[in-house]
Amino acid sequence: MSKLKIRIRGLKKYFGPKKVLDGIDLDVETGTGMVVIGGSGTGKSVLLKSILGLITPDEGSIEIDGIDVLKAPVRDARALRQQIGMLFQNGALFDSLQVWENVAFGLLAQKKVSRVKARDVAVEVLAQVGLGADVARLSPSELSGGMQKRVGLARAIAARPAIMFFDEPTTGLDPIMGAVIDELIVDCVKKLGSTSIAITHDMASAQRIGDMAAMLYEGQITWTGPAEELLTTTDPVVDQFTHGRAHGPIKMALRK
Amino acid sequence: MRLLDAVAWLGAFVLAMVEYVGELAVFALAGVSHLLLPPYFPRQIGRAFMEIGYFSLPVVALTALFTGMVLALQSYTGFSRFGAESAIASVVVLSVTRELGPVLAGLMVSGRAGAAMAAELGTMRVTDQIDALSTLSTDPMKYLVAPRLLAGTIALPLLVLLADILGVMGGYLVGVYKLGFSSGGYLTSTFSNLEAQDVISGLIKAAVFGFVIALMGCFNGYRSRGGAQGVGAATTSAVVSASILILALDYVLTQVLFVK
Repeated sequence: MSKLKIRIRGLKKYFGPKKVLDGIDLDVETGTGMVVIGGSGTGKSVLLKSILGLITPDEGSIEIDGIDVLKAPVRDARALRQQIGMLFQNGALFDSLQVWENVAFGLLAQKKVSRVKARDVAVEVLAQVGLGADVARLSPSELSGGMQKRVGLARAIAARPAIMFFDEPTTGLDPIMGAVIDELIVDCVKKLGSTSIAITHDMASAQRIGDMAAMLYEGQITWTGPAEELLTTTDPVVDQFTHGRAHGPIKMALRK
Repeated sequence: MRLLDAVAWLGAFVLAMVEYVGELAVFALAGVSHLLLPPYFPRQIGRAFMEIGYFSLPVVALTALFTGMVLALQSYTGFSRFGAESAIASVVVLSVTRELGPVLAGLMVSGRAGAAMAAELGTMRVTDQIDALSTLSTDPMKYLVAPRLLAGTIALPLLVLLADILGVMGGYLVGVYKLGFSSGGYLTSTFSNLEAQDVISGLIKAAVFGFVIALMGCFNGYRSRGGAQGVGAATTSAVVSASILILALDYVLTQVLFVK
């Protein structure tokens, strides 16, 4: 049996009267790619941000390598979270920096290497995501959406993280570019031997990048199973969501 | 019922104000503490210094020059009624160094650099760039806020020093070339009544105003929510709150620095 890299129990997060996460239980085994699916506004991003420490949950536990980061001393929790690399939905590249500075940001900020060395590392990492050295000196605003996603991925993998999060990695991309990004994600995760969690609406992408999948509905994980079963499962909620049916247990009233 | 509604509204307003002030105080303390503890980001400090100081030079210089000119002209028309024209040079230099230099430079920098800071940090917030900093093991308070607080506190006194010089020069130009004062007489009158404390107190005010401008710009931008509308609201709030604070603190500092 594989060791659990991330173990979440009873995670709750309310925003005023709104229950966004209402008792999430989720296990992610080491080296596994977990895909979390669910409608817009169901709390997928809140879940990732809670694990990252960007949002403080109201209740529950989040264990990374067996240590509850919500209860651990700040320094220990920070060290555990430093294992995580994140690809944001819109890339979240720093506008004021050049592409190579974005990619090498973690190295430069922690003053681990000189700027010259950091630039060399950035060019190497950019090559891993299929971008040439000529891109390194560009500003993020000069890049297409697909290139921004690749740079975001390069930035996420530059520190060789043990855990990777992907927030809607194919949103806003055409199907071919989406497939290219998925391929890069799978390739990078495999090379680094990382554990990953991705959240997505894109079923094709979910099946490409995930080993396991989980359905987030009404603030809880209502189904988990192999990602390859997403389109064939008989679970009515997953079935309605993955096939995009207008009628079923997911009520439109909930989607307002 | 209307009375109860009014009381409820007042209570909610007071609670919101207390919450706002508390958050601002915590934010300011966090920003200052990050200034004191390493790591430091000299490139960020340099960049903030350029944005707040260097790029505000033209607007502050023009404001100071014309203010000095207008002040000399207005003083002349007023003072000539009771034969006190000779006091014009002293009035210009003391008004500029003690009050108009720091306050007008503060208001102009608030409108230019404070708004830019709020817009930049607000955009970074709504596009997840601030969250991205956290995921890259970088504290956004240390990387984004602390350098701006430091740059604001240092840059504004330097701008005010320039504003003092140009304001006096504006008064000199009008006094000598339009109102017919002798050059030597005007300068003698200017410097004979000027004390070091007049300039230093203005620079102390400027340092406080610079900190306030950076603080309000960062605070409002950092807590920006929503999309473009949220960033716009943060920008407006940064400029308005910094301007009001500058005027209010000007009174407090004048009381502390000048009233014996």
